[in-house]
Amino acid sequence: MNTDTYLGKNKYEVDEGNPHIRLVDSPPPAEFGKLVRACPAGLYKVGADGAGTFDYAGCLECGTCRIAASGTVVASWRYPGPTMGVEYRYG
Amino acid sequence: MADFDAIVVGSGCAGPIAALELARAGKSVLVIERGNYCGAKNVSGGRLYTHSLRRVLPGFAGSAPLERRIVRERISLLAETSNTTIEFTDAAMRQPEFESYSVLRARFDPWLAAQAEEAGAEYINGIAVESLIKQDGRVTGVQAGEDAITAEVVILADGVNTLLAGDAVGAPAPLPDQVAVGVKQVVALPASVISDRALTSDDEGAAWLFVGEPTHGGVGGGFVYTNRDTISIGVVATLSDLVGSPTPVYQMLEDFKEHPAVAPLIAGGEVVEHSGHLVAEGGYDSLPPLVGDGVLLAGESAMMCINAGYTVRGMDLAIAAGMHAGRSAAAALTAGDTSAQGLAGYRRALEDSFVLKDMRTLRRFPAFMEHTPRLFQSYPAMAGRVMQKLFLLDGNPVRPLRKAVLPILKQAGYTKLAGDALRGIKAL
Ligand SMILES: Cc1cc2nc3c(=O)[nH]c(=O)nc-3n(C[C@H](O)[C@H](O)[C@H](O)COP(=O)(O)OP(=O)(O)OC[C@H]3O[C@@H](n4cnc5c(N)ncnc54)[C@H](O)[C@@H]3O)c2cc1C
Ligand code: SF4
Repeated sequence: MNTDTYLGKNKYEVDEGNPHIRLVDSPPPAEFGKLVRACPAGLYKVGADGAGTFDYAGCLECGTCRIAASGTVVASWRYPGPTMGVEYRYG
Repeated sequence: MADFDAIVVGSGCAGPIAALELARAGKSVLVIERGNYCGAKNVSGGRLYTHSLRRVLPGFAGSAPLERRIVRERISLLAETSNTTIEFTDAAMRQPEFESYSVLRARFDPWLAAQAEEAGAEYINGIAVESLIKQDGRVTGVQAGEDAITAEVVILADGVNTLLAGDAVGAPAPLPDQVAVGVKQVVALPASVISDRALTSDDEGAAWLFVGEPTHGGVGGGFVYTNRDTISIGVVATLSDLVGSPTPVYQMLEDFKEHPAVAPLIAGGEVVEHSGHLVAEGGYDSLPPLVGDGVLLAGESAMMCINAGYTVRGMDLAIAAGMHAGRSAAAALTAGDTSAQGLAGYRRALEDSFVLKDMRTLRRFPAFMEHTPRLFQSYPAMAGRVMQKLFLLDGNPVRPLRKAVLPILKQAGYTKLAGDALRGIKAL
């Protein structure tokens, strides 16, 4: 299953080219795998070739990856800049 | 001279109430909320127990955007093929002191903030506080974008994913077993369809919690709350358990929605939002220091939240904590001492209130859940097997209940069952 369709229902103001979450250079696969399971938006993905990808654009700003993998996968985590990011209409 | 008497960081549940109390006491107060509007970043299940809101805003029911009054409770043991439910309803659920309502935060939070503004609080939206300003170890203000704004006291009501509590009072970031990941969807359906499915009138609704399958046997559960013309459905999974699960959390929600016992409830509905948020569930023993020099913590920024399995409560705690924080800060301002010592009355007020009393009473529940995997892995299916013996008939002669049921319980182990039951009751 892919979360893209669901995230497409959300409202976002994406801060293009200015990621609020930065990853370390080559995160250990086991640590990366934790975030594949724990990110509620499904933004941490492992491709068929085994390589991990991450896209901050659909981020729900929950902080799960910060708590689960600061230092191992996540190099820095902050809230998006002024007026940017997800905007819930229900919550 | 500081710019404001008080600055409140965050306008979820605790923040606006703290600001309201300060404004009512005649103090100048600025609220800084990173959402473009209040609630824009917030998620709850959610059911609001109204007792603490009633204390601060007795007339809330007349104007608050509440969804449905909850008059029907269901708790289910959800197994792969079966579902065993206890249902409870009681006329007392309509008595003001016990009332609870489903709420949607993007609607509810702006209303709460408006109450604080009406009382005189000032608001800045759309910008996050990036850091605290400190002088000689004392918090004296906040940095938000280009602006450095000072205050005699700062109240951190920035929620469970606080980036400021560490600097404020030395609170460590929560450990993975002290938080759960919540993933939720809002499903739109006509109000009358929801009422029919929940067996309620259009103003009233149901709260439904599940253990077992929603988390694929991991620590946590699933929830369903009926709103006016939407249904909130989600899964909450303890992070330390989730990171080792074979199934991603969003897939758990997908499977939960497709379970035959759940699917008819949302059939024909359209998913209109997909959200995610952390829940603090470390309990009393995970509370950080609640005050420092020039600073107070209220709500989930201080891990105030109760996950007692059958119910998640954070909003009523945050509202009460906000009230006490606002009142204590106002008293300290009047007395001219907003040092940690001058603010110490806040901790005492919380210890005397249900907030820390309830957290203390349920202190052992987080560990109980974490160390009783059977609760999530095997008991739901066991309940289903017992029910099979009661209700499935195919014309083969039935066996006496005792002979049919006891082996099922025996399989789980009498002593383990009795032990778990006893420890569960003790932890509650
Ligand atoms: C899935 C789920 C289900 C839940 N179900 C229930 C339920 O049924 N009943 C219940 O009572 N509770 C429930 N809770 C818990 C409840 O939502 C929280 O306990 C409650 O919202 C905490 O209130 P708060 O004011 O402390 O924090 P929040 O409501 O999280 O508010 C924090 C605010 O601070 C803002 N903020 C954060 N950082 C900054 C910054 N640096 N600068 C400016 N602003 C900032 C945020 O945008 C937010 O508005 C649930 C939680 C989740 C995730
Ligand atoms: S903050 Fe939450 S939603 Fe955003 S990437 Fe991290 S885990 Fe995913």
